[in-house]
Amino acid sequence: MSDNRATSVAFVRTETVPPSPPPFTTSGPVKWAKDNLFSTPAYFLLTVAALYLIYLILSNTLPWIFNGIWTTSSLAECRDVLNGVSGGCFSVLTERWNQLLFGFTYPSELYWRPSLAFVLLFVAAAPVLFYKLPRQLLIVTGLFPFVAFYLIWGGTILAPIVALLGFVAGYVVYARLVSVSFAAGFFGGIVAAIIVWYIGGKLIPDGASETAWLTPVASRDLGGFMLNMMLGVTCVSLSLPLGIALALGRQSNMPLIKWICVVFIEFIRGVPLITLLFVASVMLAYFFPPESSTDLFLRVVIMITMFSAAYIAEVIRGGLAALPRGQYEAADSLGLDYAQAMRLIILPQALKISIPGIVNIAVGLFKDTTLVSVISMFDILGMIRGPILASTEWNGVYWELLGFAALLFFVVCYGISQYSQWLERQLATDHR
Amino acid sequence: MTTITDPPQGAFRLSMLINDTRYRSYTFQFVALIALISAFAYLGSNLFSNLAAAGLNISYDFLGSTAGYDINQTLVEYTSQSTNGRAALVGILNTLLVAFLACVTATVFGVIAGVLRLSNNWLVSKLMAFYVEIFRNIPVLIWIIIIFTIMTAVMPGARSYLGEEPDRDLLFGMFAFTNRGVYAPAPTWLPGSGIVVATFIASIIAIFAYRRYATKMLYDTGKLLPTGWPSLALLFVPTLVMFFLLGQPIGLDMPDPLANRFNLQGGIQIGAPLIALWIALSVYTGAFIAENVRAGIQAISKGQTEAAGALGLRSGRIMKLVVLPQALRVIIPPLISQYLNITKNSSLAIAVGYADITATLGGITLNQTGRAIECVLLLMLFYLTISLSISGIMNVYNNSVKLKER
Repeated sequence: MSDNRATSVAFVRTETVPPSPPPFTTSGPVKWAKDNLFSTPAYFLLTVAALYLIYLILSNTLPWIFNGIWTTSSLAECRDVLNGVSGGCFSVLTERWNQLLFGFTYPSELYWRPSLAFVLLFVAAAPVLFYKLPRQLLIVTGLFPFVAFYLIWGGTILAPIVALLGFVAGYVVYARLVSVSFAAGFFGGIVAAIIVWYIGGKLIPDGASETAWLTPVASRDLGGFMLNMMLGVTCVSLSLPLGIALALGRQSNMPLIKWICVVFIEFIRGVPLITLLFVASVMLAYFFPPESSTDLFLRVVIMITMFSAAYIAEVIRGGLAALPRGQYEAADSLGLDYAQAMRLIILPQALKISIPGIVNIAVGLFKDTTLVSVISMFDILGMIRGPILASTEWNGVYWELLGFAALLFFVVCYGISQYSQWLERQLATDHR
Repeated sequence: MTTITDPPQGAFRLSMLINDTRYRSYTFQFVALIALISAFAYLGSNLFSNLAAAGLNISYDFLGSTAGYDINQTLVEYTSQSTNGRAALVGILNTLLVAFLACVTATVFGVIAGVLRLSNNWLVSKLMAFYVEIFRNIPVLIWIIIIFTIMTAVMPGARSYLGEEPDRDLLFGMFAFTNRGVYAPAPTWLPGSGIVVATFIASIIAIFAYRRYATKMLYDTGKLLPTGWPSLALLFVPTLVMFFLLGQPIGLDMPDPLANRFNLQGGIQIGAPLIALWIALSVYTGAFIAENVRAGIQAISKGQTEAAGALGLRSGRIMKLVVLPQALRVIIPPLISQYLNITKNSSLAIAVGYADITATLGGITLNQTGRAIECVLLLMLFYLTISLSISGIMNVYNNSVKLKER
């Protein structure tokens, strides 16, 4: 039939016309630019201003970065090479690389030890951060603090072994007693650990450190970015359990416990970290027994841990408060006791809600580790402001050094916050 | 823990202190009390034996003794012969000054960046995201030092403004940016200036009164009075009229490049440490405030805007009457805790040598007198007072804007 029609009529289209492409101005990049950059006169002005700002920033920084000199040994030499052209003297980074990372008194032949500990940190952190990895890796995480301590400080291997044995003994006692009651297991475990540490401490011979495999390094020799990493990692991991305990204590219906926690949290949150660091550097020594000499690193760790624990406690309290009452009541009606209800029902949900807040605190804490430079510890900022900028070779190389420190912190902190956003998406089990 | 079974009857036995939930909390609290007391006793005994060994005592007499050091930026009269207590007061005022300045500018930066980040303009919103990420992820101490370095290492010396043929001219003939700080004109108060200031304050009160009257008219009669240009007129006209009537009693004392061969004279000098701290705290905290503002605006559901539109409101009024009041309820609590952070972070002044309370009382006074415990305690007391009063204000505000659930 169609054949007949086709032959009888002069022209009949047999297929649909393909849609013609939209006009140039309403498709592709032009349309996008029109919609997103130049839709109204105000937007046009904003876009132009933004473009100019970007141009200003790039035209100043790009030549400086690309003309950078990486191989001279002093600022004067670098300026000679540059010969008036704008460019950065990045050779300060290559020349003082080890000082920036490890501080200026850490023995240079021992740099492999903190580096190894740094690599192990990733292995240890991996199973905590990515819960799909095999659970057996958690053994590495458990062993990491002792290995890292041994690697960084060196000395006798007996000290970390005794510390580890204390934890093992505590865990064994806890596992035995927890079937009786959680409190018995918890306190029994603590007592067992303390007994092991006390006996072990007596057993370590006095001169053990001198004949050790790894040369001992004093705490005051730590420095550079290593010190920031150590303070950050140690204090975050210590303050998390302390923060959970404080948050639970603040929710408790035992008035004394509650008020101890409230006073502690509000006091710590009310004062700046720097005053707490002053406490660590000038005041805390008065509170220790006269014969003991606690080193500054430990005192700073104590204060920063207390500081971040108070903030983490508030975040977790928010998470606890956000849980519907029904969850608490359901746990009660199942006949779970307090410890079981918290461990199995409440905390898993409350901690999940608190993840963004906890990560914010962790990032803030890591940034705040730079404050130790004020109490004359030589972290990366202390190194830059102290020995490096004061040296005759590099007096005046501000931007390269400060930019490098800023870059290191940016990479770490941005990485952590991206991880937390990823984790939130992974854990989002509601609103499917 | 509640229990649905009947509580066991019978006499009290000692084992119930551990096993019975009704009595167990007393046991726990008693143990906690003992632990707390013994911890304090232990620390206190250590403290006193250490102090005795060092031949020290706890005494605040040093606050009355001569400080013996100079402070270059003070709001009240201070010389090196003043007391340590006076130095601490100077520090307190300096802390409050920089905190106040930084709070104002950080709010401005934060609101602008937060609103622009929500803009449909791709480039601008990306630029603002860049600003926020850059400043949030780099320690504030590094920012303070970077900006301080810009102030001291990049800015020209005061000499380049001096002489008959200076290398640089004053900006508008008023401002000089040097590596020692910014020189700005200082107001001089001649007789009669009080009346001008009083007029200005009175006209601000008048603006509020007029706005209230306009609202009342609107509710009573439905008549809409203009508020924009009358407010502006009220703000400027009476004050200017009074200013010229009284023969310009308020003058400006300009920085003078010719008076001295070594430095600019006259005007007020805002020191480089203050400016560095101010700018750094503002841009750093501004990034955080931007996120709060963005979260606050995004927290208002689109239905609110659409409902207001359906009622026939124009977009300006939708923002003013519907979105902002609700968004502010979300924005203000974190905003106030950012203000608190600014106040606490201003203690980093010690890194650039700005004489705030941490640098005077906790720095020089502490080092000169050796009164570590007293100084640190006073320092903590000051910050604690500020923090607790600000959070007290925040609680009052939160209660006043809380959704009234019936």
